Amino acid sequence: MSLLAHLPALQVVLPLISAPLAVLLRHGGFAFVIVTAAAWAAFAAAIGLWLQVGEVGVISYSIGNWPPPWGIEYRVDRLTSFMLILVAGMASIVLPYARASIEREIPRDVHYLFYAMFGLCLTGLLGIIITGDAFNIFVFLEISSLSTYVMIALGRDRRALTAAYQYLIMGSIGATFIVIGIGFLYLMTGTLNLADMALRIREVESSRPVLAALAFLTVGLSLKLALFPLHQWLPNAYTYAPSAVTAFLAATATKVSVYVLIRFYFSVFGESLVFEKLPLPEIMLWLSLFAMFWASFVAIFQTNLKRLFAYSSIGQIGYITLGLSFDSVNGLTASIVHLFNHGISKGATFLLIGGIVAALVGKHGVPPAPTLDRMAGLARHMPLTCFGIVIGGLSLIGVPGTAGFISKWYLLLAAMEKAQWWLVAAILLSSLLAVAYVWRFVEVAYFRQPATEPEPRLKEPLGLLIPAWLLIGATIWFGLDTSLTAGSAFEAAQQLLGRSK
Amino acid sequence: MKNDLVLRVVGKLLIPFILLFALYVQFHGDFGPGGGFQAGVMLAAAIVFYALIFGVPATQRAVPEWLVETMLASGVLIYAGVGLAGLLLGGNFLDYFVLDKDPVHGQHRGIFWVEAGVATTVAGVMLKIFYMFAMRGRLED
Amino acid sequence: MFGHFSYIVTVFLMVAGLYIVIARGNLIKKLIGLSVFQTSVYMLYIAPGKLVGGTAPILAPNFSIYSNPLPHVLILTAIVVGVATLALGLALAVRIQEAYGSIEEDKILARDNSVELAEDSRL
Repeated sequence: MSLLAHLPALQVVLPLISAPLAVLLRHGGFAFVIVTAAAWAAFAAAIGLWLQVGEVGVISYSIGNWPPPWGIEYRVDRLTSFMLILVAGMASIVLPYARASIEREIPRDVHYLFYAMFGLCLTGLLGIIITGDAFNIFVFLEISSLSTYVMIALGRDRRALTAAYQYLIMGSIGATFIVIGIGFLYLMTGTLNLADMALRIREVESSRPVLAALAFLTVGLSLKLALFPLHQWLPNAYTYAPSAVTAFLAATATKVSVYVLIRFYFSVFGESLVFEKLPLPEIMLWLSLFAMFWASFVAIFQTNLKRLFAYSSIGQIGYITLGLSFDSVNGLTASIVHLFNHGISKGATFLLIGGIVAALVGKHGVPPAPTLDRMAGLARHMPLTCFGIVIGGLSLIGVPGTAGFISKWYLLLAAMEKAQWWLVAAILLSSLLAVAYVWRFVEVAYFRQPATEPEPRLKEPLGLLIPAWLLIGATIWFGLDTSLTAGSAFEAAQQLLGRSK
Repeated sequence: MKNDLVLRVVGKLLIPFILLFALYVQFHGDFGPGGGFQAGVMLAAAIVFYALIFGVPATQRAVPEWLVETMLASGVLIYAGVGLAGLLLGGNFLDYFVLDKDPVHGQHRGIFWVEAGVATTVAGVMLKIFYMFAMRGRLED
Repeated sequence: MFGHFSYIVTVFLMVAGLYIVIARGNLIKKLIGLSVFQTSVYMLYIAPGKLVGGTAPILAPNFSIYSNPLPHVLILTAIVVGVATLALGLALAVRIQEAYGSIEEDKILARDNSVELAEDSRL
């Protein structure tokens, strides 16, 4: 079918048209149907692209039939298709969840706007991943970021507004830094196409504007991916946003920024400039270690469960950038596979926490904040939810049998390859910190008696439980059968490292 | 402000010319500075000018809220529609070459419709933002 | 010095904008600083687009050097993004004003901390 040749374009266009259609049909139910259908279609397209890349290698699609480098090119290789499946898959699972979840968290008359924003966010994220043009990355990045700010601000707590504002300021500064970096690259190479840039940058590699471009891009992207110390927006944004939004963001927004970083480092600047001639591996190593230890440490002392796992996310992003700093196939594989594994386990955890929030209906029907003291003895009333959070926590720790173990395994392999034994010890030690904060939840939910007997309304909503358990099941599955995740990550890492040599 | 004679007369004289100039900028986008975004903003500016002089309720009788929201969404759909038309006629997405027998005329057509979509959306967005901010104080009365 | 005048202006606006964002606690002033910062980027792209001796980028028989039209298109997009960000930021500032009664960052933080202390002491 001729449609298969146009999958790269349809991947982005289908969610894009679902958003204005949702605005036109002002009804929340119709908007939900259209945006979910588009998300599922995008997931199907992502799987189709995965299969096509398996046969062909690299797919290049010229928008407007203008050949690159004059026109914008959509370029799909193994890493691209991997990320597309993550983002489209998360959207497909979170949207049916959101239908039930936002009933309690967002006023009914703006439901259709929520779905429109979700559609735009999905468009932006998919566009960032698939495009092969530098400025196009910025445009889609801002599409996804602006719709994210709106979705965060829809939370019921008034602190959601300040969280969204803070994220807006920091995110816009980050995006503007990225544009400055792209501007310097355009000035020095004369092209915006990433593949063409990689060729032309060879002659001007050591000139100051190119190094400045690298610096601006790194800082801008670090703001977006919440690398310590530029992570200030993340705890508030994750804590006060609606549950479905937190889950979707935790699984996709920061991961896509890591993808852009990997793309620029390996496919444009080239491994030799970034990792051998500049001290970037050391800088990234130390920042990652700070993130891993400090964020996990702070997480232990949080009382709000969402905030706890938000700090945990900052720590886990430290693992991802640690894998990047190794500059080896195993290290890069660890980074890429942890993008996926952390995405699904953290997404599942936040979906389950949303289930707890929905069940803990407070006075006036307003869901209260998910603080640990409200969860005493929860395991007796919501056994599946608590067990799911435990499994998600095990994946964050890196227990064998869960997806998180696979990423930690590759990280340890990469560290042992370089004979950095102190690093092996550091990775294991930070996993112990993760045990500490997961244990806080387990202790409260399983081993404490509730202060008062809760109302009989405390039951597990099925519409919220099924999508979350789909992701928990995926966490366990991909911890046992790694051919799809680790296999593709390995292939992607080899493609990225081999091309620049 | 609707009681000020000078403002009323000058406004009623100027607003049609602003709208006309917006259309001029819209259609001359491929030959000179201009295009969809600028034209959309000027369209919205003309209507905001009217609202400043004659008040928001009068403006909402002329350009109602449902029209503004429809303009917002349909502009994006026109843009995506042009892209999909290129797809269905055998080319790639946003392919203008296949929109007509003569590829160059196809480019003209594609650019025309795409800019029309952009102008519609931008005018809709600017007006919607203005209405939202202007109605904010009113709701608290 | 005059050869690099546009770059000097760019850097000045960039740093001034960033300073306003960081140093001012008023939400609206932060947004203005963000706008100034984004404006410096427009300058960064457009100034090098004008080639010495270049004419407007419309094909004409007796001209051979044309100024680059691509930066203008890129910056149109960036301006639209900046406008959208500004509009969103202002809308958030209005909502924050309605929810907290103030748009000064320190007053908002104080109000949040006092609410959190009240919550903690109740438990």
